[in-house]
Amino acid sequence: MNWNLIFTSIFSAIFIKETIFYVLGAQGLNIHYGYTGLMNFGQAGFMAVGAYGLAVSVETFGWSLWVGILVGIGWAILLALLLGLPALRLRGDYLAIVTIAAAEIIRLVARSESTESVAGGNSGINNFAGAFYDLNPWVNTRRYDFGPFSYSGQDLWIQAVGWGVVLLMALLTFLLMRSPWGRVLRSIRENEDAVRSLGKNVYAYKMQSLVLGGVMGALGGIVLAIGNQSVQPDTFATRTTFICYGALILGGAARVWGPVLGGIIFYVAFRGLDVIIRQMEKADIVPESIMTSTQSGVVRFVFLGGALMLLMVFRPQGILGDRKELAFDG
Amino acid sequence: MADATGAEPRVVTEADRGGVLPEPGAAKPDPILSATGIERRFGGVVAVDVAHVEFQRHQITALIGPNGAGKTTLFNLLTGFDQPNAGEWRFNGTSLSGVPPHKVARMGMVRTFQLTKSLTKLTVIENMRLGAPDQRGERFFPALVKGLWSSEEDEITARADELLERFKLDHMREEFAGSLSGGQRKLLEMARALMGSPELVMLDEPMAGVNPALTQSLLGHVKALREEGMSVVFVEHDMDVVHDISDWVVVMAEGRVIAEGTPTDIGRNQAVIDAYLGTHHGEDLHPEIVEHRRLEAEAEAEALEQSAEGDSDDDTAERP
Ligand SMILES: Nc1ncnc2c1ncn2[C@@H]1O[C@H](COP(=O)(O)OP(=O)(O)OP(=O)(O)O)[C@@H](O)[C@H]1O
Ligand SMILES: [Mg+2]
Repeated sequence: MNWNLIFTSIFSAIFIKETIFYVLGAQGLNIHYGYTGLMNFGQAGFMAVGAYGLAVSVETFGWSLWVGILVGIGWAILLALLLGLPALRLRGDYLAIVTIAAAEIIRLVARSESTESVAGGNSGINNFAGAFYDLNPWVNTRRYDFGPFSYSGQDLWIQAVGWGVVLLMALLTFLLMRSPWGRVLRSIRENEDAVRSLGKNVYAYKMQSLVLGGVMGALGGIVLAIGNQSVQPDTFATRTTFICYGALILGGAARVWGPVLGGIIFYVAFRGLDVIIRQMEKADIVPESIMTSTQSGVVRFVFLGGALMLLMVFRPQGILGDRKELAFDG
Repeated sequence: MADATGAEPRVVTEADRGGVLPEPGAAKPDPILSATGIERRFGGVVAVDVAHVEFQRHQITALIGPNGAGKTTLFNLLTGFDQPNAGEWRFNGTSLSGVPPHKVARMGMVRTFQLTKSLTKLTVIENMRLGAPDQRGERFFPALVKGLWSSEEDEITARADELLERFKLDHMREEFAGSLSGGQRKLLEMARALMGSPELVMLDEPMAGVNPALTQSLLGHVKALREEGMSVVFVEHDMDVVHDISDWVVVMAEGRVIAEGTPTDIGRNQAVIDAYLGTHHGEDLHPEIVEHRRLEAEAEAEALEQSAEGDSDDDTAERP
């Protein structure tokens, strides 16, 4: 087994763009679910409109990358309004149904043949982020090694900006949640009617929460789109939403750093398991009769699922959560 | 008020009633809240069917009635938490039909719930702060800059602490509301509702589950609200409490207002006794059940009479 490769992959995964993608998605869900109690099962849809809003603007309409980023954010706001307008007036489970359906519709429309001229169908849209890498202070094609970390110049640039966005969103979350605005959100999570009886427009707050968290998700999509110089519809499958939820719950919901820590651990574990299993296969440690290579791709999900279940049993509040709070459900 | 004398039933004078007739739907000189033709059906069940009712300003009005009479449903309708199938209701002369509950609250009519709705994962003091209306820091952009709302927050906190002390919850200030007892939650909910300095407070069974020793001081607080110029409507099953603090009593049964009057009027009202007896017109009940209910109702009526006698002096010791 190539231990060096294993270590480098695991450490590098800490800061890699995919981690940023999930961290931002999870921070958005933290606003929705962690603080407001909104069940958004379509975060992948918000991430998709961010990524596609950018890619389509640049590739299909020929706008600049920076306008494309704004378009991606704008689409996320629009999506939140569109879904929230009917669903936030209804009971919580309706939002779950509406969002999960909308996210799937977005993905299926993006990959359908009829929209291929705009969204690129199955193969998506590629090479639209040149303007971003023109500004790279590092050499795009060079490889940089720092101890166990190994990144290309391109990676370094998107990671620097991406983690900047993560910090900014964490700061935004912190500032909002210590304010009376955040107090209203947390109260809505506990009991909507109590908040209504005190004269607060619950619907408007839920809408603001949905928009804010959706925009955070869209930023995740945008970072990954620029980082990969590519958007593909299947990046935004329902699985993505649930990985974000997994990261949020692992790190601790309703904590500013919960989704950040959870996202890092989740993706590092995900990557690490993948590399380890592959290396074991190469070294013929696991015989074909026990696990074929197609099965090995799925095994990491089994491991992660098992780990999440153990977490729920032994530390249901997540790593950063407060157990005391959990005692007061209902 | 005239002194109650011995066994002789006290006479209710015109002055006690403020010139209002003791009958269902009686007009009040200055109603803060009035409702006409309110009907709410749940499937086949008519939960509320109120022809007309008015609540007088600056008074404490008790809303009583057997379980399932429709008191909570009427509260829900009047405060915008539920919409009636028909009817019209006005607060301070403004029609409230279609007005969402948060706007009703902002207009000055705040309610509490029979089943407390504490925000369990917020501390007691945070619960209180939430009750303050129109906070600058509750708007998205000002929320980002602490300097824009911190002084307002300090004022709110000072007011909250004052109320917590009044409601004997100051020692629980930093605890999660979820760790409070049922009675303490009732107190917190009432204190929280008062943060908005409402004109009319609607309390759904505020004393239920509250320690009797505390009930007395709570009653004092409710009376104080009236002295401060607020109007109070409250649902209550304890007749002693009703007698103690209410200026007027509205009785509901099977969705309708069946009687109104001073506490003493109500204690003698045959329709009320029948309602608690469970007389279903045209329906034959087993004689044993009728007898059982009659005894129950008599005891109930007796309690009403007796506490009516103790009305003018605040002595609770002689009550059964
Ligand atoms: N959401 C609902 N769905 C169906 N029926 C309801 C609903 N709410 C109330 N009811 C019915 O309406 C009637 C009145 O109920 P309500 O809760 O208003 O009574 P109440 O006077 O507050 O009783 P209690 O003194 O027990 O609190 C009852 O028959 C009840 O079953
Ligand atoms: Mg009730």
